[in-house]
Amino acid sequence: MTPGPVAPARGAPRRRGLTERVIFLGPGLLYLVVFFLVPLAIIAGISFLERGRFGGIVFAPTLDNFARALDPIYLRVLTSSIGLALVTTILALFLGYLTAWGIARLPRRWRTIALILVVLPFWTNFLIRTYAWIVILNSQGPLNGALVGLGVIAQPLELLYTPGAVVAGLLYAYLPLMILPLYAAIERLDPELREAAANLGATPIRVFLTITLPQTLPGVIIGSIFVFVPSLGNFIVPELLGGGKLIMVGNLIRDQFLKARDWPFGSVLALAVIAALAVLLVVQAQVSRRTATTTAPGA
Amino acid sequence: MRSRIPGAHRAAVGVACLALVVAACGGQAGESAAPTLNPDADLSKQTLTISNWAGYMPDDLPARFEAEFATKVTVTNHATNEEIMAKLTAGGDSGIDVAFVSGQFAQALAEQGLLEPIHKDAIKNIANLYPEAQDLGYDKGNRWSVPYAWGTTGLCYRADLLDFTPDSWYDLLTPREGVSGKTTMLATERWLMLPAQKALGYSANTTSADEMAKVKDLLIAAKDTLLAYDDTTFYSRLVSGEAVLVEAWDGWCNYGIAENDQIRFVIPKEGSDLWADTMVVLKTSKNKEAAHAFIDYVLRADIHSWVVENILYKVPNKAAMELVDASLAGTYPNLGMTPADLLKQEGLVDLGEAGPMYTKIATEIAAQ
Repeated sequence: MTPGPVAPARGAPRRRGLTERVIFLGPGLLYLVVFFLVPLAIIAGISFLERGRFGGIVFAPTLDNFARALDPIYLRVLTSSIGLALVTTILALFLGYLTAWGIARLPRRWRTIALILVVLPFWTNFLIRTYAWIVILNSQGPLNGALVGLGVIAQPLELLYTPGAVVAGLLYAYLPLMILPLYAAIERLDPELREAAANLGATPIRVFLTITLPQTLPGVIIGSIFVFVPSLGNFIVPELLGGGKLIMVGNLIRDQFLKARDWPFGSVLALAVIAALAVLLVVQAQVSRRTATTTAPGA
Repeated sequence: MRSRIPGAHRAAVGVACLALVVAACGGQAGESAAPTLNPDADLSKQTLTISNWAGYMPDDLPARFEAEFATKVTVTNHATNEEIMAKLTAGGDSGIDVAFVSGQFAQALAEQGLLEPIHKDAIKNIANLYPEAQDLGYDKGNRWSVPYAWGTTGLCYRADLLDFTPDSWYDLLTPREGVSGKTTMLATERWLMLPAQKALGYSANTTSADEMAKVKDLLIAAKDTLLAYDDTTFYSRLVSGEAVLVEAWDGWCNYGIAENDQIRFVIPKEGSDLWADTMVVLKTSKNKEAAHAFIDYVLRADIHSWVVENILYKVPNKAAMELVDASLAGTYPNLGMTPADLLKQEGLVDLGEAGPMYTKIATEIAAQ
């Protein structure tokens, strides 16, 4: 320890720190304020106004849009959307954990190749990949053809335009977003901890539950949010694979702006989704803070 | 003509200003009457942006026009009337010069003051139109719009996969055993309502809340029997056999017939609609001379007949229909419908104040 001249040494870096912060954070902040906060404020404002006869808005303050959103019809759409997104997330977590674990145990040079394969589907347009599911699942498609041909079923199954088809499409679209953070978490695990636990007599299940899972929990949560959030807002998959019969809250919002031209009601629905997601992010922040303190060395 | 609501307008402009943040919102949208066209305008200096349904004009139509008039043409597509209306009514200049919209939407745009009146002296070929097509309910005298194609809506079906001949909207709405789960309906608002409105004996332009409540109930019951709602690929579902009976615009049914001669079209006995898709010029257009030249070009008998041969829709152009080879109507019987046949169906007009009620019902059916 060298007791240097305290005051100037502290003052200079702090001032430099401020300029640094402005330089590094400024552009991003400005971008977010202009393209996120301002539009959000506009949406919040519009939600209190009335719709014009031909669309657009009329400056007449009202709470009707919020009252309408509480109608059971729309609440059902919101809850069924959350349900579908939740099922997708749980399936993705199960499949993603297995895959990420498998990749992490591969020899090092194979890992990179495996990870490239995971993100490879992103090279093809999302719409095209979703259309491919229509071809695969439809009653005259290859899947039904194969099942009938093999004598597994007598009549083609109605696979397409069902909630199952929507979950399949969402799972396919977002599974990589689950695998990547899980892989990052699993790869960082210290194998000696697991060995130590096993040597001390813990069963594999106990090792997983008390050692592995808590340590990968941040990855689990981030992956789950990466899958849940876009699943909840998706409107392409339910439109194409749900046949327009099954709609999610994303379709409802899209329709208010593009079909019904009811911006105020669409804004209310959008705010409802944003509020739901904000709650989720707070939970995530809480959990990762807790895991950070409990798993920190010396804690 | 219903009076327009200036408030909606100003609000739309206000939102645009707010959204842009920058104070670049100058001119009000509802300025005084448009000046006449400049007959000496140099069309090669003008550019055209045209919004149309995908596949609703031959792909090389813009190139042909460009070759003849040296006007650069950009085409954008919209999937539904609602989508293009959202763009055109959002306030400010959408950048679109000519839009293809259905008649009742042209009526709504005109009432909002968003359209340039049609300068008929610049469209000599308007004389080619059938007299019946000059006086349709949504725009009598074609003051704001020029009809591009017209027709009706009915049932398109696979004769070889049905053991009966459908002739009623109820064949679609309450399908028999074996047909249930193999039908599709149009989801775009007016045509979503049409089958139930006609089945119940109501007008396709009804503004009665009681009638529409019954329409809604019937459509919600029908939803469970559908394979899907489909505005764009229903004919290919018929070809593949995935669907056997669908609600279809007459021209689109022809796309199915082109691939499978077992596909037929029928207008249900309860009646149907007479729709017209029109070309309109936006008031905000800075290329109005080129826009009128484009409409005039489309109405040329040789061009409009070529459109018929390529998109298989009837056009309200007498001179053009007479040029179309008669054998085409043999293959596609609904092309043989005369204007008198069409006028037996009910012309669609804008719903005015009842518009939002239809929208709300459509949303509730979708959310059900």
